[in-house]
Amino acid sequence: MSSLVHLEHISMAYGRGASSVRAIEEVSLDIAKGEFIAVVGPSGCGKSSLMKLISGLHPPLSGTLTIEGKPVKGPLKSVGMAFQNSNLLPWRNALENVLLPLEIVEPHRSRIRSEKKQYREKAIKLLESVGLAGFAEKHPWELSGGMQQRTSICRALIHEPEILMLDEPFGALDAFTREELWCALRDLQAARKVTVMLVTHDLREAVFLADTVYVMSNRPGRILKRCEVNIPRPRDLEVTYTQQFQDIVHELRHLIGRGGEGAH
Amino acid sequence: MDHREFVIKVVSPAVFTISIFVFWELVCRFFKIPLTILPSASEVFGALWQYRAPILDNSFVTLWTTLAGFAIATVFGLLLGIAVGWHQAIYAGIYPVLVGFNSIPKVAVVPVLILWFGIGEVPAVMTAFLISFFPIVVNVATGLATTEPELEDVLRALGASKLDIMRKVGIPRSLPYFFGSLKVAITLAFVGTVVSETVGANKGIGKLMLDAQSAFQVPIVFAGLLVLAFLGIVLYAMTALIEQRFTGWAFRGQANR
Repeated sequence: MSSLVHLEHISMAYGRGASSVRAIEEVSLDIAKGEFIAVVGPSGCGKSSLMKLISGLHPPLSGTLTIEGKPVKGPLKSVGMAFQNSNLLPWRNALENVLLPLEIVEPHRSRIRSEKKQYREKAIKLLESVGLAGFAEKHPWELSGGMQQRTSICRALIHEPEILMLDEPFGALDAFTREELWCALRDLQAARKVTVMLVTHDLREAVFLADTVYVMSNRPGRILKRCEVNIPRPRDLEVTYTQQFQDIVHELRHLIGRGGEGAH
Repeated sequence: MDHREFVIKVVSPAVFTISIFVFWELVCRFFKIPLTILPSASEVFGALWQYRAPILDNSFVTLWTTLAGFAIATVFGLLLGIAVGWHQAIYAGIYPVLVGFNSIPKVAVVPVLILWFGIGEVPAVMTAFLISFFPIVVNVATGLATTEPELEDVLRALGASKLDIMRKVGIPRSLPYFFGSLKVAITLAFVGTVVSETVGANKGIGKLMLDAQSAFQVPIVFAGLLVLAFLGIVLYAMTALIEQRFTGWAFRGQANR
């Protein structure tokens, strides 16, 4: 597998001078094309900063960051993002929400008017592939939380980005809906071979979905461990009850541990 | 509209309004209040009918000057609001002056306007404009400022320019704030026009009331007040209707029932 994203000794800080806050320190990692990575760690450890960094929204303080061999200087356009909050526009229906990136990214931007029909069909197909057939005309408030999140992920994928970045996308959902969406995301990734970076603090989620899990330390975030999940794909939800799965989750939990069990 | 809704939305306000007039009439008759202090409701309605031609004529002037001032305020307020919400530096630069200007009682500005534009409709239009643009600016700027940073990230990661983000997200998002502010602005514009007319004008309800007052035609003064209240309701209802029409998504709670 060739390396798509390459980070070498990357540090990043918010603010300047004495008041600056180190968010990430000396992070090196590689993401291969088509790989599914998950980044886990205690809250405030710079997981989201790592995302901002790779998508080109925030420059690194030091170190090298390249994507497809080219240094990153600004927003990438080949990135799709979704967050814990679905952030759908309430005045647009699901379909129009999904179409939003196409109104911004070239070459779709200049084509969307003349080829509206094709684009709409494409968006409807995408919505159908995550189980939202027949909901295209619904407005966000008519959709459940899980459906909104599915729509949000479709919006992140519609322009066929190289990298899909998900920042705790299922954090606000109930346990059953969350597992349902894991499977939806699993199938989506398998079908499109898109590279995914998932930021989460749900270890089961990370192990179930990812090829590689990175554990980050407290702020400033460093990578404590790189853990390859050698569970064959496609994975079924049943996998989460196997010993192998539990062992991996346990191991990761110990690395983050301290915080939860606290002073003993 | 079912029976219950009809009672709440039509019967209840109508009963309340009529009882106020009845109460007014009874108080005037019972205490034998002189005509020059407080004419009874029936006398006011009588005057309204008797002088309907000049009242209609002057109402029309008040109405169009209010609407003209309001229209200018809407365009100007929207543009300035977008400018203020566009960038922190513009916001910081303009805001103190804006607040300072808004604190000046607009009655104090009318003489200056008359000095510049002469007695006529222009000072009324200008006063209506000056008094009503402020809430529009503040509301539009607030709407723009409340765009979710995450959504902005989503779009910026796609290479969206500031203008793109404004067009696709910022401006639509601030529309409910904008239309909400129109309800406030229209009432203020109306106040502005009437204030200006009572300071110096040759037409308008304000001027009519002023003339009636100096001639001790008290029923006409009160008839003027009634007309003002009525016009105020109509203007308010108009903007409220526009608001619902254009930003239905912000009222989904009601629309969904």
